[in-house]
Amino acid sequence: MNHRIQIITGHYGSGKTEFAVNLALKYAAAGEKTALADLDIVNPYFRSAERRSLLESHGIRVIATSFSGIMDVPAVSPEVMAIFDDSSYRGIIDLGGDPEGAHILGRYEHQLAREGFDLLCVINANRPETNAAYKAQSYLEAIEASCGQKITGLINNTHLCRETSYEDIIRGAKLVDELSKLTGLPVVWHAVESKFVDQVKNQLGKGDILPIEIYMCKPWEVDL
Amino acid sequence: MQKELWKGNEAIAEAAIRAGCKYFFGYPITPQTEVPEYLSLRLPEIGGCFLQAESEVAAINMVYGAAGCGVRVMTSSSSPGISLKQEGITYLCGAELPCVIINVMRGGPGLGTIQPAQGDYYQATRGGGNGDYRTPVLAPANVQEAADFVRLAFDIADQYRNPVMVLADGMIGQMMEAVEWGEMEKRNLPAKDWATTGTKCEREHNIINSLYIKPEVCAEHNEHLERKYKALEENEVRYEEVNTDGCEVLFAAYGTTSRICRAAMKMLADEGIKAGLFRPITLWPYPYDALKKCASQDSIKAVVDVEMSLGQMMDDVKIALEGAKPISFIGKAGGIVPTPRDVADAAKKALGR
Repeated sequence: MNHRIQIITGHYGSGKTEFAVNLALKYAAAGEKTALADLDIVNPYFRSAERRSLLESHGIRVIATSFSGIMDVPAVSPEVMAIFDDSSYRGIIDLGGDPEGAHILGRYEHQLAREGFDLLCVINANRPETNAAYKAQSYLEAIEASCGQKITGLINNTHLCRETSYEDIIRGAKLVDELSKLTGLPVVWHAVESKFVDQVKNQLGKGDILPIEIYMCKPWEVDL
Repeated sequence: MQKELWKGNEAIAEAAIRAGCKYFFGYPITPQTEVPEYLSLRLPEIGGCFLQAESEVAAINMVYGAAGCGVRVMTSSSSPGISLKQEGITYLCGAELPCVIINVMRGGPGLGTIQPAQGDYYQATRGGGNGDYRTPVLAPANVQEAADFVRLAFDIADQYRNPVMVLADGMIGQMMEAVEWGEMEKRNLPAKDWATTGTKCEREHNIINSLYIKPEVCAEHNEHLERKYKALEENEVRYEEVNTDGCEVLFAAYGTTSRICRAAMKMLADEGIKAGLFRPITLWPYPYDALKKCASQDSIKAVVDVEMSLGQMMDDVKIALEGAKPISFIGKAGGIVPTPRDVADAAKKALGR
């Protein structure tokens, strides 16, 4: 666990991108040479590349699709290969949401066979498609079938955007625990907004807490 | 009830199902494609029909056919696709067919861009098709409203036998927010005894048509429609006022830009300036009287119209205010969302500070 390359998948709205951005900042803060690849070829809004200047100011290399996510053209940048070929990088790959978004991973089958990686699935118990363990399990299977790789770990990132309460996070922890028992996959992280960490820290079961800040703001939240 | 996190477009689609819509005809276009995608999965589960038409023109005419049969039917698209549907919309109005049309606006004109905009205001409120017709337009400012207004739109459509548009923008369609699926207020809706459901040899044929070739008959039909539009103006005007009591500057904005205004209001409050928001929810019928009354307060020194278009709603703000207060404008078109700072600065400028 904790391979050089961390690939983040999950449902749209699970908070994959928020998690990926926070994870990249954590590694960069620990002094690692970090690159974040935005491999979302589906969704043109709310992309990790939108936080390029923030990430770059922390020394993180940002690799976006060829059109920087402003066009709905499913093109990936050849620059993504840097993550596989330069083993001095801590690489984080932010996949697009859903099985459709995970499909792109097939393109890197040979590189992935060569390099160790973790494929982490972000779960938000407040999304209707993953609000029960059995539904989340079939969701994981659909992602695996689409990308041709096995998921290696689970992330609880249960939130309601600005309306999140600490109870949401605890409910999400229970769901990923149940999902972990169903699938045999370990719970790797609980992504918890910093302000809730003290309230939830002894109630989440297995898995480490990644304290996160909200970077993927809506336009009216940016200046607040 | 447990709140859930929904993407705007998916909430719109699920709301249609919950409103009893069993038929959807459309064509994909960013940023609304999740609407047809979601319905393509869900409608077969409830015995409905999803059909991806060969074009937007075909889709709106399929809506005409289904609505004529008296069923709840919806189509959705984004700006350029809605332009293509205009002929169908005037035919639907002429034939008095209830349906719901979703427009998740993107930057224009022409193909424009896939980022959010509000540039279809004229088209939605004045109509892009021929003849004297009107379509009620509901403008949600969050995902909860997007879900609620789709259900409301079906009821208004059935009550008045008229197409109803839900006018969102790419931001509302693409963003995620909490939604609670509460019960909607029930309306007493008229029976659809005009629909083409088969005579069973027990009644005269029902005919769905917008051709009234004799001018006297066509004139009478227009007067009948006009009475209906008057009733809509009487009964269906909706708006929201935020912090308007005693405010110095009043924002007029709908949809996503109203959210920007709320953030700007907080900034202005920190600087000691009291700003209020008047938000039309129905863009037609426009809340002229309510806006005039709101803006007539002595405390209000300036009205600032805020849009993701270049002053289209200004026309309605001017009609409402009848010159009573100075009006200024701030906005961006073509896929750029104005920042709260831009909007707050425009308010200060309007106040001469």
